[in-house]
Amino acid sequence: MFPTLSRKVYGKNLVYFDNAATSQRPQTVIDEWNRITAESNANIHRAVHRLADEATQAYEHARDAVKDFLNADAREEIVFTSGTTAAINLVAFCFGEAFVSAGDEVIVTEAEHHSNIVPWQMMCRRKGAVLKVLPVDDDGHLVLEKLDELLTERTKILAVTHISNVLGIVNPVEEIIRTCHAKGVPVLVDGAQGAVHCKVDVQKLDCDFYVFSGHKLYAATGTGVLYGKRKWLDAMPPYMGGGEMVGNVSFRETTYAPLPMKFEAGTQNFASTATLKQALNFTNLLSDNELIKYNDEIRDYLLDYLRNDSRIRLFGVPRGTSDEKIPLFSFVVDGVHHEDLALIMDKMGVAVRSGQMCAEPLMDRFGVTGMLRASLAPYNTMEEAEYFVKCLNRAIDMLL
Amino acid sequence: MTLIEAENAVVEEFSMYEEWLDKYEYLIELGKSLQDYPEAAKTDDRLIKGCQSRVWLDYKVEDGNIVFNADSDAIITKGIISLLIGLYSGRTAQEILSSDFSVVEKIGLKENLSPTRANGLVSMIAKIREVAGANV
Repeated sequence: MFPTLSRKVYGKNLVYFDNAATSQRPQTVIDEWNRITAESNANIHRAVHRLADEATQAYEHARDAVKDFLNADAREEIVFTSGTTAAINLVAFCFGEAFVSAGDEVIVTEAEHHSNIVPWQMMCRRKGAVLKVLPVDDDGHLVLEKLDELLTERTKILAVTHISNVLGIVNPVEEIIRTCHAKGVPVLVDGAQGAVHCKVDVQKLDCDFYVFSGHKLYAATGTGVLYGKRKWLDAMPPYMGGGEMVGNVSFRETTYAPLPMKFEAGTQNFASTATLKQALNFTNLLSDNELIKYNDEIRDYLLDYLRNDSRIRLFGVPRGTSDEKIPLFSFVVDGVHHEDLALIMDKMGVAVRSGQMCAEPLMDRFGVTGMLRASLAPYNTMEEAEYFVKCLNRAIDMLL
Repeated sequence: MTLIEAENAVVEEFSMYEEWLDKYEYLIELGKSLQDYPEAAKTDDRLIKGCQSRVWLDYKVEDGNIVFNADSDAIITKGIISLLIGLYSGRTAQEILSSDFSVVEKIGLKENLSPTRANGLVSMIAKIREVAGANV
């Protein structure tokens, strides 16, 4: 089902534990990408000929699939981008243009990926606004008690990750959104990890924006989704100009296309975006109760191991049940460099991530130069988890 | 031993290890054997760019020979730099510049390192050459 997973590296069976960076793709996704490229390759939305129609249909069907996946109110609220980063940049720029002035405030959290910090920082700099930060505690949970004092009448928007790509703790975004809305502040949720591991219902959440990447959710690379409430998307100016984002163009004045095309300038990555439909179909298989139980067992096994080995410092520890955590584990081994561990484990066939994980402020918060991260997907097995623990132990023994 | 002889010896030494983990064991030992590097010399101007882990390289010229000293916070990287120092430290600038540095390819280090690490290795070699070039 997943061709990549059956390959070998250095003569060893691949154990792919870097799913938080990108997931592997099921055959159905690969087939769809190939089909469009080989059979229906034509620019979407423009021409009247058969190929263009097929490509456009595939692309727009993916939009319907995403709308259903997120339970959005309307397909016009689903904008395709190249990824989460592009989606956040779009919102930060356009929302900033429409609503942020000098002296206003934007809130992010200490647990954010650089992609949910830097676009806001750039916007604040441009607008003369102030960036404020909601901290995390030692276990990697957001300090919600601080939220009330951070929210002021100058706060224009808050951006928070659904699940940090380092800590793997499901943040109480519903509560955060309620608190913010009580003060009239809209919320953007970074769902790069959240859309993969949680059932997302944007109407129930009542979030103003929800963004995620297709490539972490089994779709082809270069795909991303921006969900935005229509009232915000309507009120925001376009991001880029050109292509199909226009109504009428003259040298005097240009009008813009209606949603969602207003935000989709230029030729879209239609072959990849279309695969979101197959990818989301695949996620339907994952709601099987037996599979969920099995995956929870793997998560609990690794959580139990990594919490209790005295040489290992785990970041992102659940306070209540393990259901607060996704199968994503970032940790350090004192006296051992994360990169050495990753390098040795690579030669054992185990793909894990090492470094700052695009979250330098969070590394500073915990006083480390980097971490090792193992992140699992539902196609990973208990045997792989056990092999990972064995390899980790051998690597630590070699290095200590 | 001439530089070419020393380089050939390293290639031969490495050829004894068929398994990657054995090569790493060897590099880890080399890393541990690297002489102490003063904390005060861990300055930004001695930091080599392009490495995921941090690498500091310092040198002095003694009797016409360039003596290198280096450190890294990652032990395998430290092993690699130890290997390079073992070959190129204590030699004249002309000797260093006469090498084509193909030794790192011959022992399979370059293509089997992650791109970031390989870049770091390239940066280390570039720095050694740069120092030699400035001290001809």
